Amino acid sequence: MRALLLALALLLTVSAARADSAIDALPFKNAAQEQRFQHLTGQLRCLVCQNESLADSNAGLAKDLRLQVFQQMQAGRTDAQIKQYLVARYSDYVLYDPPLKPSNYVLWFGPFAVLLAGAAGAALYLRRRSRADAAPADSGDEDW
Amino acid sequence: MNRLLPLAGFLLLVTLFGYGLWWNAHHDVTAVPSPLIGKPAPAFDLPRLHHPALRVTKADLLGKPYLLNVFASWCFACGDEHPVLMAEVHELGLPLIGYDYKDKPADARAWLTARGDPYTLVVTDQSGDTAINFGVYGAPETFLIDADGIIRYKHIGPLTPGVIRDQLAPQLRKLGVQPAPGI
Repeated sequence: MRALLLALALLLTVSAARADSAIDALPFKNAAQEQRFQHLTGQLRCLVCQNESLADSNAGLAKDLRLQVFQQMQAGRTDAQIKQYLVARYSDYVLYDPPLKPSNYVLWFGPFAVLLAGAAGAALYLRRRSRADAAPADSGDEDW
Repeated sequence: MNRLLPLAGFLLLVTLFGYGLWWNAHHDVTAVPSPLIGKPAPAFDLPRLHHPALRVTKADLLGKPYLLNVFASWCFACGDEHPVLMAEVHELGLPLIGYDYKDKPADARAWLTARGDPYTLVVTDQSGDTAINFGVYGAPETFLIDADGIIRYKHIGPLTPGVIRDQLAPQLRKLGVQPAPGI
């Protein structure tokens, strides 16, 4: 039992150390700049893991890209310019909030189209059923 | 008719989910499509692995199509890919440029010595900075770059005989390169 607890504690320490390594020691000029950096990298996707943001990822590439973002911020580039830099290399996949453009229409409007189709189907079914209720002579629907 | 409706709905769902399973089995769902296809390859200026004093630029490689293969000694999938580079890719008769990605040159040299060197020449990018311009996010990745320096095709993950036959060879024919018979 004691050995198990010790192993568990060790595991926790190791995972805590891993979580820490996602935070690079970048020389920010002030707190506002650090906040802007965290906000921006939080909106960007890590290409290697894809379910993590650039801000959270421990992947080597994520670290390199964070450094790029940081250096470009120091060089006075805007958030939009930095995003454009990454999109030009890694496509819209790098953005957690993909832009509204024809190639992304399915992504943006697909769920609403499915919802509308479902609503239309349900409306059609309900209307038909109420009509069948009004005409009890149609014995075919009795067991519904 | 109304009694068959639930069955029809069920079959529709089975078809839909079945298609989803089939699609996922046949596609790399983590592959990020490169926005660089059809665009000029980024300029680069990198030292050579075997002759670190010499550098290779994009301009040096213009004039005929070539393959740029991103690999590293730390990359397991590159070991799986290596025999294909030695055999099938070699038979394509195209220059194969190795791109040693975020790797220690000594490790890469040892890796190639142990397995055999399939590359026409190898460039090294220890920091991975130039690779960002290529949109590289892992290894192996392979780019087909034409005589004018335009990226024509990119494959993410190991090249396999199937990928070469079904995807790379048609791209090569478009560039007027006739892959060896049997591919």
